[in-house]
Amino acid sequence: MNVDVKLIDTKDIFTRLFNENRDAIFSGSSEYVNTIRNKALEEFVRAGLPERKNEKYKYTPVNEYFSKDLQHNFSPKKIEFEVAELFRCDIPELDTRVILVLNGYYFNPLQELTTLENGVVFGSLRAAANKFPELFAKHYSQYAVYANDGVTALNTAFAQDGVFLHVPKNTTCDKPFQIIHLLMSNEAQMVHHRNLFILEENSEAKVLICDHTLSSHEFLTNSVTEMYAGPNSNLDLTRVQNEHNRATQLTNTYSHQMQNSNVSSNYITLHGGRVRNNVYVNLAGEGAHNNSLGLYLVDDTQHVDNFTYVNHLVPNCTSNQLFKGILDENSTAAFSGKIHVWKDAQNTQAYQRNNNILLTDTAKMNTRPQLEIYADDVKCSHGATVGQLDNDALFYLRSRGIPYKESMHLLMYAFAHAVLSEIKLQPLRERVIELVDKRLRGELSHCNNCKMKCQ
Amino acid sequence: MSENNKILNELTQSDYKYGFVTDIETESIPKGLSEEVVAIISAKKNEPEWMLEFRLKAFRHWQKMTMPKWAHLELPEINYQDIIYYSAPKQSAKLNSLDEVDPELLDTFNKLGIPLEEQKALAGVAVDAVMDSVSVKTTFKETLAEKGIIFCSFSEAVQNHPDLIKKYMGSVVPYTDNYFAALNSAVFSDGSFCYIPKGIRCPMELSTYFRINAANTGQFERTLIVAEEGSYVSYLEGCTAPQRDENQLHAAIVEIVAMDHAQVKYSTVQNWYPGDKNGIGGIYNFVTKRGICKGDFSKISWTQVETGSAITWKYPSCILRGNNSIAEFYSVAVTNNHQQADTGTKMIHIGKNTKSTIISKGISAGFSENSYRGLVKVMKGAENARNYSQCDSLLLGDKCGAHTWPYIEVDNKTAIVEHEATTSKIGEDQIFYCNQRGIDTETAISLIVNGYAKEVLNKLPMEFAVEAQKLLAITLEGSVG
Amino acid sequence: MLSIKNLKVSIEDKEILKGINLEIKPGEIHAIMGPNGSGKSTLAAALSGRDYASVTGGSITFLGNDLLEMSPEDRARAGLFLGFQYPVEIPGVSMVNFMRSAVNEKRKYQKLEPLSSSDFLKLMREKKEVVEIDSNLTNRSVNEGFSGGEKKKNEIFQMAMLEPKLAILDETDSGLDIDALRVVANGVNKLHSPENATIVITHYQRLLDYIVPDFVHVLYQGRIVKSGDKTLAYELEEKGYDWIKEEVIAG
Repeated sequence: MNVDVKLIDTKDIFTRLFNENRDAIFSGSSEYVNTIRNKALEEFVRAGLPERKNEKYKYTPVNEYFSKDLQHNFSPKKIEFEVAELFRCDIPELDTRVILVLNGYYFNPLQELTTLENGVVFGSLRAAANKFPELFAKHYSQYAVYANDGVTALNTAFAQDGVFLHVPKNTTCDKPFQIIHLLMSNEAQMVHHRNLFILEENSEAKVLICDHTLSSHEFLTNSVTEMYAGPNSNLDLTRVQNEHNRATQLTNTYSHQMQNSNVSSNYITLHGGRVRNNVYVNLAGEGAHNNSLGLYLVDDTQHVDNFTYVNHLVPNCTSNQLFKGILDENSTAAFSGKIHVWKDAQNTQAYQRNNNILLTDTAKMNTRPQLEIYADDVKCSHGATVGQLDNDALFYLRSRGIPYKESMHLLMYAFAHAVLSEIKLQPLRERVIELVDKRLRGELSHCNNCKMKCQ
Repeated sequence: MSENNKILNELTQSDYKYGFVTDIETESIPKGLSEEVVAIISAKKNEPEWMLEFRLKAFRHWQKMTMPKWAHLELPEINYQDIIYYSAPKQSAKLNSLDEVDPELLDTFNKLGIPLEEQKALAGVAVDAVMDSVSVKTTFKETLAEKGIIFCSFSEAVQNHPDLIKKYMGSVVPYTDNYFAALNSAVFSDGSFCYIPKGIRCPMELSTYFRINAANTGQFERTLIVAEEGSYVSYLEGCTAPQRDENQLHAAIVEIVAMDHAQVKYSTVQNWYPGDKNGIGGIYNFVTKRGICKGDFSKISWTQVETGSAITWKYPSCILRGNNSIAEFYSVAVTNNHQQADTGTKMIHIGKNTKSTIISKGISAGFSENSYRGLVKVMKGAENARNYSQCDSLLLGDKCGAHTWPYIEVDNKTAIVEHEATTSKIGEDQIFYCNQRGIDTETAISLIVNGYAKEVLNKLPMEFAVEAQKLLAITLEGSVG
Repeated sequence: MLSIKNLKVSIEDKEILKGINLEIKPGEIHAIMGPNGSGKSTLAAALSGRDYASVTGGSITFLGNDLLEMSPEDRARAGLFLGFQYPVEIPGVSMVNFMRSAVNEKRKYQKLEPLSSSDFLKLMREKKEVVEIDSNLTNRSVNEGFSGGEKKKNEIFQMAMLEPKLAILDETDSGLDIDALRVVANGVNKLHSPENATIVITHYQRLLDYIVPDFVHVLYQGRIVKSGDKTLAYELEEKGYDWIKEEVIAG
């Protein structure tokens, strides 16, 4: 475990890395994407990676994460063994279209892009950028704003591939898409990858993202997902994060919602050394509704930080945030939530809630629910609590003959349920409930579905 | 809506009542800040060597600091060399009775409704009045002295009670604490000192009125309250300033120390000149207020009604060091026109079984910006800490902003910390309901706002509560319809 | 007392009332009945001066004054009282404070001195007895945490305090159990005199067993389609509104 951490100047190192590997990074990407790459690097050099004194990153020192000496690959690594064999998704009833992403690269030796009968296209982001330049000009890097954001700027400069999904007008996807981000390497590695989901007017899609580590090496993932929800569209995203303790994961999810669209995203952090989820929402069309939820279960010395920024740009939108956490052992967690109601965004309803349970004296929680409001006809509220399981309830259960441990477990499960019940895909919901159940019983101390049993 | 806006405009133009200037001869030193100026202030006050050293240390530290930028405020550049750091009403050497006070000065405090005169003794409030840089007169000193209570100007305390000052000054707010605390520590001119001995319940409300009168002058006062074991005191602070086009700086420090079983209740009605309706002029109010519940079962309660100042930067805080100590913060902050307020509290739980309550009511109107900023921190050893925070914002009009920035840091599993906040506007149906009962819109708003702020106003001592209610009405009169 | 001539009212550009004519004299009780969506509450809104109900035509004269030219508070001060269908909650504002402001505003309008605190509290006590309102309801904030029945009783209590010339009770019976209904109706009857008038807006005939109207008007699709005495209410109860609808279509 004792890896020497060499702190280095991240601006220098990434600039050098970019320039030295320019050909590899640029190869295969569309001209448009590469043009943006250059600009993003410039912005990265200007803005730098956030340090602790940056209010947004007060509780998570991402600059230190990036300062570690990690390997980079600018082309897909040759993997000697069968991924499919090593990893199997065990949600039996869940009938999904599985999309594998290995170390940031779309992984399907047969086909880079798939077009379904109903016109839905999915596959490699890199391939799609070349095939659909006009879609990329309209959407790519339009929502993931890299100005003043070193993390997203770095991704925009370096990310080469990921998943592209396009759902045409008036189309409903029959099956959910299941994107499995796998990390596997024979050395400590940093990965940038990028997803772009475009839902045209009146369309509907469900996406499940699973994040897994398949080798015991140290990983740092910096992932950006852009989601455009056209008028009247419905997008449902569930992300299940299940990485080992030496993995660090930064996710940046940007939803841009047009009128009467409905986006729901749910971040279930089951396992991971350090996780930072940035959830950005723009309610840009009237009547749009956003749901952002999260559940984080942390133990050991794990650290999870959820950061939300919900922008009410126009009138008559609603948003709802609910993040819940259970902290065990020496873990730490943070939540920063912002509701920003812009001038003229009248008739806004926005709610935000963060509840936490500390199980030990050594766990630590920091929470910052925030409201920034410039319109007067609004109903906004936020609430945060940090506490323990309710002793009266615990006693009540025990007085009915339920053992202490089981009572504790029941209450924790009940606490988590409000988030889990929002997972719309029933088989997935049941499976996640089962995983959470195991996790809460301590049976999932290594990450699930992995034969490596690495710790 | 346009009809309502009209009412809003008419009513938000109500004038600042305390905007007059007293024509009184003052003694000032030249503008600017340097070690020499610090030394002059110290010399003017005939201070002992240790006091000058404290000031110089603070000044040297301040020079290394920069103005904090984290608040949700548009802070203008302040030219610290363009401020007069010492201004005193000229008066004959030592005052023995009120007859010797300059009648102009008495008149000023009368206009402000402050019972300086003996006949107002019935009001039962002991007053220390501070004009510009010096304490003008402290009433009831003798009555209090019988109980062993010390209530005097800070300068007097430096001369007469150096041991207490040395022991407690800077013990709660060190000069290194922040930019404005360092500035105050270097140049503070006067203020109030209050010492309640063991087991004594102070028989009357103690009160300080602060008044900035002279132009281009900064006011830097410092208040120190020490409540010994088992004592009780209720302390009131009021502030006003003349109406001037240029901004004036006010950077104060208040320190409170509460020993075992001691209780201190500190109430403020802050009504510094807020500037005119276009945002010209007004006081910059940068204040560091902090109390320490040093002893077990001690209690500190802050209540503030903030209606004045162009800019307010103020976080009356509590360190809950003693076991079973209690801290409370009740605040109503009203901003109108172009006022900006960034205010709140910090509750630092260190002792066991400590409890804190935060009730904050923000009301924004006009083009103003009103932020609540607060920290609740539960340290590792703070077993069974409890905090409840309720921060509500009310918006009157669509050009103002209301923001809530709470920080909650919990490092102990036995803590229960709850934070609730809501933002809303006065319901049109509520106003109409009042209208239908014959109550006009402006009275309806005043009723509703006072109802909204009631939880906090109820915490104020009687004589302040009435004043505060009126102030709310004046500041907001019919800001919306 | 009240004269409504060819009143047309729109809400969000949709015409709801399409020409109402109504004459009300002192001492009379009028019931306005009609199916949901016929415009009953819109009429109450227009009479009390709610801004969402925009009057696009016709006139309303109240005690010789042009009601449409008056602000809501002036209408109230002149003696028009609306018993709300959904009384709002106003947290932190005590009933005492609220009613004192309302009573004294009215007195000011009538060029009378404000009531002293003791006289005011005496008045409160008297009126509480009249309407059988629980004394601790008046110690609370306006309608805050009141049950449906308590809110309606509170409306009648306020009516007693303000002694209006014309009271409009908008669906006062909705959500009331039979006991509360009786209390509310008794209050209204006690307050009724030859000098004042009452408009009872209701969907059901039930309330009219307790408050006996002199006239019954049926409002349908924004017009008064039928007027009669109290027997009309029974007829409606028996036959339902379909009978009226058919008549309108046939007519």
